[in-house]
Amino acid sequence: MQKKYLATLVLSCFLIGQAGMAFATEHLRLATTTSTENSGLLAELLPPFEAANNCKVDVIAVGTGKAIKLGETGDVDVILVHARSKEDKFVADGFGVGRRDVMYNDFVVLGPASDPAGIKGETDVATAMGKIAAAKATFVSRGDDSGTHTREKQLWKAAGVTPAGEWYLEAGRGMGEVIIMADERQGYTLSDRATYLAFKEKKTSLVIAVEGDKRMFNPYGVIMVNPKQHPHVQVELAQKFIDFLTSDAGKALISGYHRSGAQLFYIQ
Amino acid sequence: MGYLADSFISAVGMIFSFNREVQLAVWTSLYTSSCSIALAALLGIPAGLWLGTRQFRGRRLMITLLNTLMALPTVVVGLVLFGLFSRQGPLGSLGLLFTPLAMIAGQTVLATPIVANYVLSAVSGSDRRILDTALTLGATHIQACTQLLKEIRFGVMAAVIAGFGRVIAEVGVAMMLGGNIRGTTRTMTTAIALETSKGEFAFGLSLGIVLLAVALLVNLFLNFLQQR
Repeated sequence: MQKKYLATLVLSCFLIGQAGMAFATEHLRLATTTSTENSGLLAELLPPFEAANNCKVDVIAVGTGKAIKLGETGDVDVILVHARSKEDKFVADGFGVGRRDVMYNDFVVLGPASDPAGIKGETDVATAMGKIAAAKATFVSRGDDSGTHTREKQLWKAAGVTPAGEWYLEAGRGMGEVIIMADERQGYTLSDRATYLAFKEKKTSLVIAVEGDKRMFNPYGVIMVNPKQHPHVQVELAQKFIDFLTSDAGKALISGYHRSGAQLFYIQ
Repeated sequence: MGYLADSFISAVGMIFSFNREVQLAVWTSLYTSSCSIALAALLGIPAGLWLGTRQFRGRRLMITLLNTLMALPTVVVGLVLFGLFSRQGPLGSLGLLFTPLAMIAGQTVLATPIVANYVLSAVSGSDRRILDTALTLGATHIQACTQLLKEIRFGVMAAVIAGFGRVIAEVGVAMMLGGNIRGTTRTMTTAIALETSKGEFAFGLSLGIVLLAVALLVNLFLNFLQQR
């Protein structure tokens, strides 16, 4: 009986020790959007950086809105997001410093092959959004304050439409889930091209209805959380990370990343 | 039906191929759950014994509150502790958010009411004379409770098993307080949520089957402890 308790005690100590181990190496906390994580880009970018600097990058993949919030509260060291208006506000309010452009891709309007709103091939995205609303064709919105959601709201505004009604579904979920929902409901949605390409392989039957409008340009920026606001920010490591992303080596990795034969992100 | 069959086959493959990512997620699930259930047992067993053996004003109210706490939604625990552990919160300087320790804290909060409730009902169902006899023979309250604990050890084990089941299966606390960081705070359940969001349903379901296999092993181990 005594032995059993001793064994349990030793086991508990070992387990708690394991939990402490997580603090041993240097950690950089990166809050980013689901698109960079779900598209597989970060799995390509981070290992070389981690090996060169003997550190570990802890990725917290959330929507842009939440990533910025985590930066404001100082719970991360650096953010990689895509909503220029929110990024500028983040820097102007003193929460972030040294914003740099990293890469870009574009948004696309996805829809079912049957195209109930008749927008296939439309080059003006605002007109297309207007037609979706007029036809009351199902549209699945991210509804989660992400970068994609922010852009979607701007596009509705450009179309002069306040989306509401049974056809407009606010999912409150990530890009991948919303593509799946739109597919199941045979509706339209706005997606970044990288996530769509990752899903196109076999996971969705949706096709691109509208692309190429310059209002669908989607730039990504990297910003360090202001160490003056939050003194615990890993300034040195965060700066190294920003330098790496914008270095020639980083750019080569980003533009060299392909999925099913297509390039996902481009360099300015 | 192809999808379900594929998931099962790939789950078997996953268990025997020792995929590093899966191993790490299994390990993270196991050690956060084990630590939190150990802490929950330390807090919950004495609480259950105390409520079950003492008579005092407000006892019934406390039992009602304890029952209500069993219904705590995991995201609510996550939200409250997020507020505490965030850099803006009162415990922010500890830097606990998005670490396994934060997950352990959250899961302990979830499991403690369950352990306490199970122990309480084991005490209520036990023979009242055990306690009375021990007290009459001159035992202190603590000595009497130790004796009682030996008698209701199966109920206590059930309490631990139920608590463990809740924490290893939950996803809200692990996601909010751990952040689903690969290799650090990614547990089996947050990995399943991630694969689902990526549309990798078969892979997610395979992970679910692996999780059940792990739970089975743990229960076999606890069963073995009980039999000895």
